[in-house]
Amino acid sequence: MTRNALVSLRLLVVFTVLTGLVYPAAVWAIGRVAFPRAASGSLVTHEGRLVGSELIGQAVTSPGLFRPRPSAAGSGYDGFASGGSNLGPTSKALADRVAAELARSRAENPAAKGPVPADAATASGSGLDPHVSPAFALWQVPRVAQESGLPAADLEAMVARRTEGRFLGLFGEPRVNVLLLNLDVRARAPGAGANAGGGTP
Amino acid sequence: MTTLALLKIAVYFLLVLAVTKPLGLHMRRVFSGERTFLDPVAGPLERLVYRLGGVDPKKEQGWRAYASSLLVFSVLGVLGLYAFERLQHLLPLNPDRLPAVPPALAWNTAVSFVTNTNWQAYAGEATMSHLTQMAALALHNFLSAAAGIAIAVAVIRGISRAGSKTIGSFWVDLTRATLYVLLPISLVAAVVLTSQGVVQSFSPAVEVTTLDGATQKVPLGPVASQEAIKELGTNGGGFFNANSAHPFENPTPATNLLEMLLVFAIPAGLTYTLGSMTGKTRHGWAVFWAMGLLFLFGAGVTAYSETRGNPIHQAAGVDAAAGNMEGKEVRFGPGDTALFATITTAASCGAVNGMHDSFTPLGGLVPLVNIQLGEVVFGGVGAGLYGVFVFVVLSVFIAGLMVGRTPEYLGKKIEGPDVKLAMLAVLILTFCILVGTAAGVATKAGLAGITNPGPHGLSQVLYGFTSAAGNNGSAFAGLGANSGFYNVLLGVAMFFGRFLMIVPILGMAGSLAAKKRLAESAGTFPVDGPLFTVLLAGVILVVGALTFFPALSLGPIVEHLLMVSGRTF
Amino acid sequence: MTKHAEIRLLDRALLTRAVADSFRKLHPRHMKSNPVLFVVEVGAVLATLALLGVGTRGSFSFQLQVVLWLWATVLFANLAEAVAEGRGKAQADALRRTKTDAIARRLVGEERREERVPASDLQKGDLVVVEAGQLIPGDGTVVEGIASVDESAITGESAPVIREAGGDRSAVTGGTKVLSDRIVVEVTSEPGSTFLDRMIRLVEGAERQKTPNEIALDILLAGLTIVFLLATVTLRPFALYSGSDVSPTVLVALLVCLIPTTIGGLLSAIGIAGMDRVLRHNVLAMSGRAVEASGDVNVLLLDKTGTITLGNRQATQLLPAPGVPERELAELAQLASLADETPEGRSIVVLAKTKHGLRGRELRDFHAHFVPFTARTRMSGLDFEGGRKVRKGAADAVDGFVRAAGGHFPEEVRRDVARIAGEGGTPLVVADGGKVAGTIYLKDVVKGGMKERFDRLRAMGIRTVMITGDNPLTAASIAREAGVDDFLAEATPEHKLALIRREQANGDLVAMTGDGTNDAPALAQADVGMAMNTGTQAAKEAGNMVDLDSNPTKLIEVVEIGKQLLMTRGALTTFSISNDVAKYFAILPALFVATFPQLQALNVMRLATPESAILSAVVFNALIIVALIPLALRGVSYRPLGAGRILRRNLLIYGLGGLVAPFAGIKAIDLLLVALGLV
Repeated sequence: MTRNALVSLRLLVVFTVLTGLVYPAAVWAIGRVAFPRAASGSLVTHEGRLVGSELIGQAVTSPGLFRPRPSAAGSGYDGFASGGSNLGPTSKALADRVAAELARSRAENPAAKGPVPADAATASGSGLDPHVSPAFALWQVPRVAQESGLPAADLEAMVARRTEGRFLGLFGEPRVNVLLLNLDVRARAPGAGANAGGGTP
Repeated sequence: MTTLALLKIAVYFLLVLAVTKPLGLHMRRVFSGERTFLDPVAGPLERLVYRLGGVDPKKEQGWRAYASSLLVFSVLGVLGLYAFERLQHLLPLNPDRLPAVPPALAWNTAVSFVTNTNWQAYAGEATMSHLTQMAALALHNFLSAAAGIAIAVAVIRGISRAGSKTIGSFWVDLTRATLYVLLPISLVAAVVLTSQGVVQSFSPAVEVTTLDGATQKVPLGPVASQEAIKELGTNGGGFFNANSAHPFENPTPATNLLEMLLVFAIPAGLTYTLGSMTGKTRHGWAVFWAMGLLFLFGAGVTAYSETRGNPIHQAAGVDAAAGNMEGKEVRFGPGDTALFATITTAASCGAVNGMHDSFTPLGGLVPLVNIQLGEVVFGGVGAGLYGVFVFVVLSVFIAGLMVGRTPEYLGKKIEGPDVKLAMLAVLILTFCILVGTAAGVATKAGLAGITNPGPHGLSQVLYGFTSAAGNNGSAFAGLGANSGFYNVLLGVAMFFGRFLMIVPILGMAGSLAAKKRLAESAGTFPVDGPLFTVLLAGVILVVGALTFFPALSLGPIVEHLLMVSGRTF
Repeated sequence: MTKHAEIRLLDRALLTRAVADSFRKLHPRHMKSNPVLFVVEVGAVLATLALLGVGTRGSFSFQLQVVLWLWATVLFANLAEAVAEGRGKAQADALRRTKTDAIARRLVGEERREERVPASDLQKGDLVVVEAGQLIPGDGTVVEGIASVDESAITGESAPVIREAGGDRSAVTGGTKVLSDRIVVEVTSEPGSTFLDRMIRLVEGAERQKTPNEIALDILLAGLTIVFLLATVTLRPFALYSGSDVSPTVLVALLVCLIPTTIGGLLSAIGIAGMDRVLRHNVLAMSGRAVEASGDVNVLLLDKTGTITLGNRQATQLLPAPGVPERELAELAQLASLADETPEGRSIVVLAKTKHGLRGRELRDFHAHFVPFTARTRMSGLDFEGGRKVRKGAADAVDGFVRAAGGHFPEEVRRDVARIAGEGGTPLVVADGGKVAGTIYLKDVVKGGMKERFDRLRAMGIRTVMITGDNPLTAASIAREAGVDDFLAEATPEHKLALIRREQANGDLVAMTGDGTNDAPALAQADVGMAMNTGTQAAKEAGNMVDLDSNPTKLIEVVEIGKQLLMTRGALTTFSISNDVAKYFAILPALFVATFPQLQALNVMRLATPESAILSAVVFNALIIVALIPLALRGVSYRPLGAGRILRRNLLIYGLGGLVAPFAGIKAIDLLLVALGLV
């Protein structure tokens, strides 16, 4: 028993150093050299300011910009409270939230065509989903066009350009990065979202 | 949508099939002490570990010694991890200045990681310092996985040896599993993940000003190195609360595919190792296909159910085309999320790329059943193989009598003591899950954790104890499990579910190793071919799942029927 | 025991006794050896108390019926065991009747004074004298004299057997009767432990111990019982959480349906019936373990003589010398054997008659006298008046004979002789004076049907090894003809023992038969050692089975019975476990449909009401035990196929069948219950 304990302790120390320190440091070093941007958060700067990470969704309430999905991370897109709603399929709370979200979306997008896309009414698992479906992006185009003054056709083209396809044509789903899309909008219509304060999601 | 989801399952399965043999062969070489292509690098490292650890690599152990080494090592691991968590505020690499982890949570987390469960009653980004994450939590991602592989290899040795008192050395198996299997693959995978956007940084959180003009804190950390081993070692403990749904853990469909492959790679490979080390490759494949059948069936059901979506929401006006998107990421959609969930619960991984709690009832039923089967559908690294070993022994025993001989498995008679140990393993899992859940729904403290009323609440508690006892770690995460009641009870379930399983299983390995090998003849019970595959899958389903049918019928099954009829709670 | 009065499966008297026994077996002391049924009994007691006590909910008639059927479940299981035991008990009674309190004539002291003592006072080592018409008072060895003995009390065989001092036919069994002459027997058993006593205890099952496989199966069943106990007990809090409640009666009903009562109830009956089947083949197995082990055997050692071949060599062919017509050789061969009463001689006469149409002739038709075979001359034949001498014998002896008569031994005949010897046969050369007429081909004749039996064994994965004292050449030839897999030539008891050890070291399980004292070590070493009843006491004690008919090929049947026994257990276990699926579908929706009407979707059998659903499942669960009693007693049908095919077949019948059958059965009972207005 004592012998087991002694060997255990020594091996715990050895492996702590090897797999707990050396290994992550090695990955860090390689990442630093080979993929410095990806390894440090895929951060995006706009006009010399850090505006976010390409991979982390953020709340957008400003007029003239595309909206992300509802978020259950903290009070919405809280980087330190990632997570989903964890409401179950027969949850009345979820059904009510979905209904409210539907009503809100419709009210906000009176000119939108077709049914409300599923991702518009549902919260993501991470609460930080950086994407919306192409359907949801296109659904918002009439409102964004009206608010930003950009022609709907241009916006649709932007959405198409920002649409990423499936991996190997099979895995994953087509998606549009909301931050990058909004930066495109901002580039064409500098006024969009400029004066809005941090609002509720 | 559904067809596409089924196609994803098929292509993924083919990829698993493709890595099974090469990895299985590599592991046979590693654990038979043969030369491998990694020797030039890993060899000197291995000798260094033995010297520093004071291990004599030539000294083999009997099953009792093997088990006690494992237990002592694990208990010290729990204590060390507990101490680490409690003292993290005094240690370096804590850029976000996180305080010490509270005691009940620290106990729960320590047991959770050492038992390869990686149940997380906390949000990683807001609770654990970078040092705790990588040097304490990820350390046990390696060690608990290596211990799992070691046990599986010890079991394989038990089967393949005859008249032997020993089943290998725990220290050697642990070391070789780490140096020759886990570390090299993790290193490569972590670099690939980094290239896709998985962060690997020691910096504090970055503050950004959003387009709305608000401030958002973007947490960073050594994520990629942990992500790789978390999947490969079927640990599942996420760096972030949202686990693999978090874009920094799993940013693209490609990383998602890689992570899914990492989860099944070793468990599938070990079936080949089993065949190869026992000289019965066809038996290894028969086991593989039994697992494969159950996996394909489960994945199909989940994918179908999730892509069909939730009729209650659809009735309210949500577009049905995209399926059930609550708790799911757009980049994965219901298809890849359903597949990920099936894989991660079939294996004892417990990583999630979507929230199981928000799955449709049948979509959530499959992960639940996967774990209740004992995670033998490929299963955890090592744990899947030694778990399925219990069912193989039971299958051989139940059906073996039907060929008119004392049941035998690869030339070893299955006798009273072996059956006793196998039943013990089945009983422990059943006991922890059912009694734990009963305690959860019968006490005030337990009921307090339920966040979804109605049948789904029962599912939440059932899932919690199932996940803990099965050392899975995924959750119907709405369950308010960071309470004294759940932290303690689930910790106990994890501890029992791991160690009370391992001891009887190692006992079986020791018993088989000591037996003499009987000659094979036309009258010998065949453990290869489709017939055995179907039999094994059937026994796993009937013995493994029937027990839980009453509980399931009051949870997900009735919830499904209620959802279809439009009831909410 | 087939030759005893036939005892039918469901003899009225037997059945009456079995029914009475099944109530007697309700005693917890008996029940606790069967964990599954013990749980059922405890459940039945609880349900009864709930019925009698206060606070019963739901319909009284329904609860009463459930309780009654729970008790019926226990009784049916007891009945299965009692019926299986019944036959053995009846046989034991029959044996007991033959065991009279005989008076033994013991010889005491140097002067061998005779005194009369009760047989039960005889001690090991006592000498007793037995004369015609008397019963042998105890097991022993004949030390003086020879007698014909009627052993029908033990073997059922009415033809008397010879027992004599010395050699391998010296053992006598207590309770058998001396028909002629007088023998002195040395008693070899202690009082109360004679062969007859042992046999009574064995057939009665008094010494029945669980076999290793039974123990392992018991553990599995106990484990499953605990698992389902957990599932049922925890169902109550789950139900309460869900806003419904389940009564204890219904929970007990669910538990009883889920635990493997079918196999649990029939397990001991299967074992007893297996022993009984062995006994009906007139083989006395000393333990259930031995019968079970015979199912595992994969090497069978069989003595050549008497088992594989007919006892003696027989003439099969005549090979004339050059210039001698075949008919002349046939006549000479016949002449030389006319008075030869050895089996070989007889076979030559038969061959001459059947193949060459020579009528039988009598020695007295000739003026000749017979010259018998001696070890010195190694020839036999006839000396005619007038000096003509006809001889048959070993080649070199006949060579000498013809040379002495001035003839010569033709090269062609020498070649025939060499060839026959090479093929494992025995050549006998026939000579008429100085003239060599030709050669008689004597060989071992393999018993009819042996090849097929060995093929059957091979299909079952059993290798047969022939044991013979012949030289390797002869042995190889017979082995080939008989179709055995291997042979041991020039075998001595030591070789035999070494062979068994070698096979066992390779992981084989070995069965053998033997009768001589020098077989005893090998019989003891073999996994299954079947001693012949005609054999010595030492052999009978070393083996774990005694064949009362002394027919070594019986081993093959015993192996089949052993396999059948194991298969029956496996089949019913599989059946029992697969039954649970249907029972769940019957009971679970019924339990909660009041709270969740949507659960009606799971009621796939469309059972009338929740009460009828539960009751139907309980009734089915009880009746299936009764329905399967005949199968348990008879054993599942056995065919000698490879393990793969047997498995496929049995999985289909008992696995898939077990899955499907209860759906139909429960539905049928439900319809019946509704029709009868019971629910």
